[in-house]
Amino acid sequence: MADIALVSNPHVGLTKTHENKKYVNDLTTLNLGPTHPATHGIFQNILTMDGETIIDAEQTVGYIHRAFEKIAERRPFYQLTTLTDRMNYCSSPINNMGWHLTVEKLLGIEVPKRAQYIRVIMMELARIADHLICNSILAVDTGALTGFLYVMQWREHIYEIYEEMCGARLTTNMGRFGGMERDLSKEAIRKINVLLDDFPKVLLEFEGLVKRNRIFMDRTINVGSISRERALNYGVTGPNLRATGVDYDVRAMNPYSSYEDFDFEIPIGTKGDTYDRFLVRGEEIWQSLNIIKQALQNLPEGAYHADAPHYYLPDKQQVYGNMEALIYHFKIVMGEIDAPVGEVYQSVEGGNGELGFYLVSDGGRTPYRLKYRRPSFIYYQAFPEMIVGTTLSDAIVTMSSLNVIAGELDA
Amino acid sequence: MSNEQIAQDLVAQFGEERIYGIVENYGLLNVTTTTETIIPLMHYLYQHQTFKFQFLTDLAGIHFPQVPSHEFGVIYHLHSLENNVRLIIKLYVTREYIAVPTLTGLYASANWMEREAFDFYGITFTGHPKMERILNMEDMDYFPMRKEYPLEDATRADKIDALFGR
Repeated sequence: MADIALVSNPHVGLTKTHENKKYVNDLTTLNLGPTHPATHGIFQNILTMDGETIIDAEQTVGYIHRAFEKIAERRPFYQLTTLTDRMNYCSSPINNMGWHLTVEKLLGIEVPKRAQYIRVIMMELARIADHLICNSILAVDTGALTGFLYVMQWREHIYEIYEEMCGARLTTNMGRFGGMERDLSKEAIRKINVLLDDFPKVLLEFEGLVKRNRIFMDRTINVGSISRERALNYGVTGPNLRATGVDYDVRAMNPYSSYEDFDFEIPIGTKGDTYDRFLVRGEEIWQSLNIIKQALQNLPEGAYHADAPHYYLPDKQQVYGNMEALIYHFKIVMGEIDAPVGEVYQSVEGGNGELGFYLVSDGGRTPYRLKYRRPSFIYYQAFPEMIVGTTLSDAIVTMSSLNVIAGELDA
Repeated sequence: MSNEQIAQDLVAQFGEERIYGIVENYGLLNVTTTTETIIPLMHYLYQHQTFKFQFLTDLAGIHFPQVPSHEFGVIYHLHSLENNVRLIIKLYVTREYIAVPTLTGLYASANWMEREAFDFYGITFTGHPKMERILNMEDMDYFPMRKEYPLEDATRADKIDALFGR
């Protein structure tokens, strides 16, 4: 083994920069959170302040840790979909489908094109809902409440489409291994078309209120910026990474669920500041609308689920009237079907970045080990570096633009 | 740049006793290495002219109580964004010598990932700036993801495992 020169990395580790310096004021320790309305979730930031300036920050996480990885080692695969809902609850369908894609990869199920397209529609709707709440809440944090009220009506509309597809709104549990539990109904298609027709006007109105607003720009430009090298080193993914200028998007790099069929652009920023993150998310909403339009236009005919009776939970009507369906229903619900031995890694582009599932199966009814790559958990580490030297009000805006979801942070 | 090329290059560089267990799972290359090799290996992959594995996607702990010589594992997910190739590197330690060198000198993202592995499996990362629990409370006196800790209360009599197929 030849000698290998080690790469030196000056920023790594917890830097207590203030300890050797002299400050004008006495240093104050300020607890931001865990239950502070401006943190949008349950996590704590211990800030060391010199007057109004933040000179050091440290996060405490784990307040809503629910042991999802441990629970996963006890439950059959179908019962784990409901856990994924509760991670990034702003975009549950993406989490559900990420988990379904992982298991389908392990089982070797080929999903019909129609089901893949329906999944794409649902995932993009979820992305719109996720980015809408992030961007509009960012506007609220800078003092603009009106825009938030405009767009929330459309998040509600998206939730109604979820309801049409799976009966639930927030914790959706949407889809099955092998496809969807039901086809796109007439009502769902009508609602999606209403969204495609009427939502762009509202989004333009929202952007008109906020995008070139002098106050908003002053509050966000050059606030909480991070360089692309540091962002990559911190494992940042998703819109927050793209805002720094790296065009990494799982949908384009490792296409899943027929994303290769669609024509879409990956917006990137230049400075990685709060304004760039806002713009990237805003543009992604337009791209998502475009993808949904394409998927609806080119929606293939055919089945909405794979012919995989061992794993696809049968229709309730079939269960009541068909012996085989009843047997499979019972076996699937009781978790009596063993999975093959294998190790799978599957990632999807979640609302916040690369959402990965690393599944180790020993051939039993439950995973031997399931590790979720939760984007929020990984990129939230970069937060102190982004806010040191700025003021408290900038820290609030930066945190808001990072879209840290406590459920995803703590699993 | 195929998986075969990467595996061959690593074996040529580090030797067969340090890079073994080369398998491909669903198109994803897996290699196993030793505790002494992990830091040079990671730095080698980071600096490599063509490979450029410069993104640490994830780090997972794992526990195999039936195999005392390979009882605890650490699984690193690397990603070469330029070539769009992923690589999994595994290393195993025993219960007696449960220390792994830290990667925080190379990847800032390894900080919390390693703390998470410590929190749940008790795998200590030597050289880590703050080797403390991250998601669980600090006065917890066990490592909950180890297989010997049952998920549900073992003293409960109203849930008979056999009835639930467990």
